Amino acid sequence: MPTNILMPALSPTMEKGNLAKWLKKEGDKVKSGDVIAEIETDKATMEYEAVDEGTLAKIVVPEGTQDVPVNSLIAVLAGDGEDVKAAAASAAAKPAAVPPPKAAASAAAKPGSAPKAAEAAKPEPAKASAPSQAAPPPKPAAPSAPQPVAGGGSNRVFSSPLARRLAKEAGIDLARVQGSGPHGRVIARDIDAAKSGKGLRAPGAAPAAGGAAPAIAPSMSDQQVRALYEEGAYDFVPHDGMRRTIAQRLTASTQTIPHFYETVDCDIGKLMAAREEINAAAPKDKDGKPAYKLSVNDFVIKALALALQQIPNANVSWTDSGMLKHKHSDVSVAVALPAGLITPIIRNAEAKSLSAISNEMKELAGRARAGKLKPHEYQGGTTSVSNLGMYGIKDFTAVINPPQSTILAVGTGEERAVVRDGKLAISTIMSVTLSCDHRAVDGALGAELISAFKRLIENPVMMVV
Amino acid sequence: MADTGFDVIIIGSGPGGYVAAIRAAQLGFKTAIVERDFLGGICLNWGCIPTKALLRSAEIFHYMQHAKDYGLKADNIGYDGAAVVKRSRAVSKRLNDGVGFLMKKNKVSVIWGEAVIDAPGKITVKPSQAEAPKGALEPGAYQAKHIIIATGARPRVLPGIEPDRKLVWTYFEAMVPSAIPKSLLVIGSGAIGIEFASFFRTLGAEVTIVEVLPQILPIEDHEIQAFARKSFEKQGIKILTSAKVTKLNKKADSVTVTVEESGKTQTITAERVVSAVGVVGNIETLGLEKLGVKTDRGTIVIDGLCRTNVPGIYAIGDVAGPPMLAHKAEHEGVICVEAIKGLNPHPMNRQWIPGCTYCTPQIASVGLTEQAAKEKKLEIRVGRFPFVGNGKAIALGEDQGLVKVIFDKKTGQLLGAHMVGAEVTELIQGYVVAMNLETTEEELIHTVFPHPTLSEMMKEAVLDAYGRVLNM
Repeated sequence: MPTNILMPALSPTMEKGNLAKWLKKEGDKVKSGDVIAEIETDKATMEYEAVDEGTLAKIVVPEGTQDVPVNSLIAVLAGDGEDVKAAAASAAAKPAAVPPPKAAASAAAKPGSAPKAAEAAKPEPAKASAPSQAAPPPKPAAPSAPQPVAGGGSNRVFSSPLARRLAKEAGIDLARVQGSGPHGRVIARDIDAAKSGKGLRAPGAAPAAGGAAPAIAPSMSDQQVRALYEEGAYDFVPHDGMRRTIAQRLTASTQTIPHFYETVDCDIGKLMAAREEINAAAPKDKDGKPAYKLSVNDFVIKALALALQQIPNANVSWTDSGMLKHKHSDVSVAVALPAGLITPIIRNAEAKSLSAISNEMKELAGRARAGKLKPHEYQGGTTSVSNLGMYGIKDFTAVINPPQSTILAVGTGEERAVVRDGKLAISTIMSVTLSCDHRAVDGALGAELISAFKRLIENPVMMVV
Repeated sequence: MADTGFDVIIIGSGPGGYVAAIRAAQLGFKTAIVERDFLGGICLNWGCIPTKALLRSAEIFHYMQHAKDYGLKADNIGYDGAAVVKRSRAVSKRLNDGVGFLMKKNKVSVIWGEAVIDAPGKITVKPSQAEAPKGALEPGAYQAKHIIIATGARPRVLPGIEPDRKLVWTYFEAMVPSAIPKSLLVIGSGAIGIEFASFFRTLGAEVTIVEVLPQILPIEDHEIQAFARKSFEKQGIKILTSAKVTKLNKKADSVTVTVEESGKTQTITAERVVSAVGVVGNIETLGLEKLGVKTDRGTIVIDGLCRTNVPGIYAIGDVAGPPMLAHKAEHEGVICVEAIKGLNPHPMNRQWIPGCTYCTPQIASVGLTEQAAKEKKLEIRVGRFPFVGNGKAIALGEDQGLVKVIFDKKTGQLLGAHMVGAEVTELIQGYVVAMNLETTEEELIHTVFPHPTLSEMMKEAVLDAYGRVLNM
């Protein structure tokens, strides 16, 4: 029987590709493993190796054809001893394999994508990528349906052997399938349902996104990544909980939150002067230790807190059903740790004096580095500050810490040449960039907020009133 | 005046009904069960259990006759037909008492009599002729939020072959013969017919089976049917298939039966006739028509959670449709009660209910037959392993049999398993567990089966399906 060669799925999400080049001609002998064609996807050009042996009887899709659906017939191979002409004719007689129906073609949920050739060419998508996706979300939104159970420490998705095999064949990421078996075990019928898009969750943080989030491409599997580097050329360090949480939350953030960024330069000359005066005037205790020592960051916290009070519509959290308009400015401050970072919160920062903020920050940061923060001290918050000024970073953008809607990335304060009153002058300038969740904060609103911040930080006396 | 209000009332105390009652009691429901004849129903009293007792006697008799094969001596071998029956009745009595004990232990009230459902939530129990067990509640009016019908089934009667209980038997009479007849004609070759044929043949009767379909054991895999038939014929059982009984001519102590077999007519004279042409649901006396409960071909129509179309009325077991098997009834009983409690049980997958026939050789199966898989246009892989390749089977002196498995070629799903041979009724459950856990061939091949056992054949059959059989 002639073998149909079908358009391969070179990645789990690939739906169509370009047939860049045929490396064999009709009539050429083909051995298993021979590269017969080059297939171009949006990411790369891949070589397509033959799985079966025989003679290339007919090329159905000529080279240079764009957007060939996965699984459609591209050529016919006549087996050894088979009549090449008859095999070629069989291709003409048979309609090309129908591409998957549009409705079902959403990302990874691809029905029947497992012809032999494609199977061999694609590097084990579903099974291998499952573990990396299954990290339990830190704060699940109390979903009513049972979740696939993540076993102690590992990220195992409980599933039946048949379900695993069906998922692999269909290119479905098991971690995304809602299990209906005992204790949320994924069973065969769940995969059947998932093929038509039912019960499929977005990767990672889906429960928070209400389950209806658009499907997103799974990342590369562990094996795929490791295969790119020589054995021994790296040390392997297993993830700890903090690393997983950072990865999971920030991946969810960038995948589900439409970010935009607004940058302003702030002249902090007055602030620097005020800071020096205030610190110099700090009362000292009997050991000569000052009662407070304000940092630039303390001013940033206070200014952002006050700015949010002036522009209350930007002090919000997005939820599917409505907006949470926060009354207080609870400012999360990113604190770098040797193996990650954590964001302790200065609550009601708008109402606290600079010295109170400064002392509280020192105390929280100390306990953060010692790993002694309690969950309520770093969970929540209505906005965040990430300051990399001490590293000399001029300007950068930060990823929003959900469910907050804004984060302020603070660069270094440095002397820069500025034009003032038509003349070149030297000022101490600090660039700050506000990241906004566009679902909750529009461009103009973000601009109002960052302008309010700029007014305050450039005129620190206004923070006193 | 006794309390007449319950959460759950179950009508019928067969394996479906009494298990449902226990589960209901476990879940905290105030539960009653209505029975008109005998606790435990047909299964315990006139079905599964007493026939197994009879067949065990026959089996041991058979071994005694073949003692020489095992290097043993046994002279003057014989049987006492009355004692064989007595033992079978004693086994039933013991289990019947056991059900009474279980009802008491679980605080399930037993109401003695025949129930009619007057309206959802209301039943009237009329007196029955059977003697009530001690402590049973009197007939009268009772109320329950949930009424579960578990009234079972009775032998089907074909016109012209009405059992007279003397010459023409149903399973009731066949189970308590006053003497073992010299000759017997069995109409129907389902599990019941085949088991009686096997029993009476082993005790020396000339047995003829008449089956209207082209092959005996109609629901089994073709290969198993053919294997079993050959084996029965070797034992001296005469088998007529595609054959129909057209006339019974009763004499004083025998019946002359006219059988039409592919156009040809013949007459067979036998001392007794057993009519085993299936069973029909007991739906007539419950008042279902008035309530508007939907029925179809003699059984009550239910959904996956055993609910009828009338809220508050449920049905389980034989009365709720095929397969009419005790274990199906039991499981439906549990599902039904758990659904009432709101526990979200999974509906039963009827594909995965095993079936067992306790003839010699035994037959056991689950899932799709090869012919059914092909009708569904499934691409399959079939594996087989014969008893002659198994060490334990040879040691037992039971080297005739076959294990056959059917896999989905693409997914490796175990679609069906079919066995004929010694003890296969005890083996099939291994495959049933595998199916319910959705294993593929890989896990079965990876599982260690103990040696030496008959179960090793189950693994070998799987290996055979994948071209890897070892001991053949």
